[in-house]
Amino acid sequence: MAESIQFQLVSPERMLVDERVSEVQIPAREGYIGVMAGHAPLLSELMDGGVLTFKAGAELKTLAVYGGFVEVQPGRVRVLADAAEFGSEIDAEKAKARLAVALKASGGDTAALLAEVAKAQAAVDTVVKR
Amino acid sequence: MPSLIDFRRRIRSVKNTQQITKAMKMVSAAKLRRAQERVIAARPYAQTMREMLANLTAAAASDDRAGSSPWLATRESKRVDLIFLTSDTGLAGAFNSNLLKAAQKFADEHAGKEITLTLVGRKGRDFYRKRGAKILSEHINILNKPTYQDAAGIAKDVIRRYRDGETDGVYIINNDFKSVMSANLSVAQILPLPPMAGSGSSADYIYEQSPLEMLEQLIPRLVEVSVFRSMLETVAAYQAARMTAMDTASTNAKEVIETLTLHMNRVRQAAITKEIIEVVSGAAAAE
Repeated sequence: MAESIQFQLVSPERMLVDERVSEVQIPAREGYIGVMAGHAPLLSELMDGGVLTFKAGAELKTLAVYGGFVEVQPGRVRVLADAAEFGSEIDAEKAKARLAVALKASGGDTAALLAEVAKAQAAVDTVVKR
Repeated sequence: MPSLIDFRRRIRSVKNTQQITKAMKMVSAAKLRRAQERVIAARPYAQTMREMLANLTAAAASDDRAGSSPWLATRESKRVDLIFLTSDTGLAGAFNSNLLKAAQKFADEHAGKEITLTLVGRKGRDFYRKRGAKILSEHINILNKPTYQDAAGIAKDVIRRYRDGETDGVYIINNDFKSVMSANLSVAQILPLPPMAGSGSSADYIYEQSPLEMLEQLIPRLVEVSVFRSMLETVAAYQAARMTAMDTASTNAKEVIETLTLHMNRVRQAAITKEIIEVVSGAAAAE
């Protein structure tokens, strides 16, 4: 088995993940980053909305992450999410409805509206991937 | 001398009170456990954020633009914002009066500065409304189940004011939960950033954005998280204080009942003795 790293994902209200994982895909501001054991230390912001996947053993888990930060240190990845949900917790219908509302409103093109679209899209994507 | 029936009534009334205080104690105990769990659940985020912040501050200090950033520039402290958290309801002993005392002390220490208040909780609001203090915003009835959104909403105005230079410092006063018996009064400086203890491992990070840029994103969140944490602590400390107060009230009621029962028995005894004397002396007279 490949080397593993400690992966923690915390939101202000609770710790969602604290596990040994072999790989994490992180939705960083500039694009998705794959982190495995031995990755160089890194600090980055996250996208307003993105899908985070990680592999613990043979299991692949997905979360929708709505903004925040990531810090990679030797042997450890920590994600400081503004908010996050497990794919299994997301209501697919509600997520789709939210996306539809957000897309309709995004004609104004302000940053806040686009961020809302990204978040809603992330929720829908996470449902698809789970 | 009160009659037997008066005593019975008093005892019954005190017993009712005791039942209520006992029930309130139980409710607070249950709520306290939940509040405590939430305080503990919120800790990892605050801890991680502190560490990241320490790393970033160290890295951003070398940026020449740091001096001109509203978040990091040092400025003379003339106006301060105070976020003041009290409970919505009383019946918790000295919980709120201790807080109000601390706030008054804070005002004395910052005499000569303009203090703007953000008030969370009814007790603090009522107190400062009467005194005509400068209030930025008030938030009532949100401490039942504080969410991060609530905290962000409260922090929003304060964050904006600090960024735009409308205020030079942000402080939070609240009660921290320490143990069931004692709350810890906390007066914390949030902004400007107090010097970080142990400047973190400023290892050679790859920064996807410039450290300063990230810091400017992180600091507003720090304010939100501080407010959120204070809210959770306030709730836990309040329930603990209320539990203790209700426990004391129940004990006091028990004592009152005991004293009353003693008196009642004496009165009863006296009545019986009197009757016997009457019977005996009546019999003696008939002989």
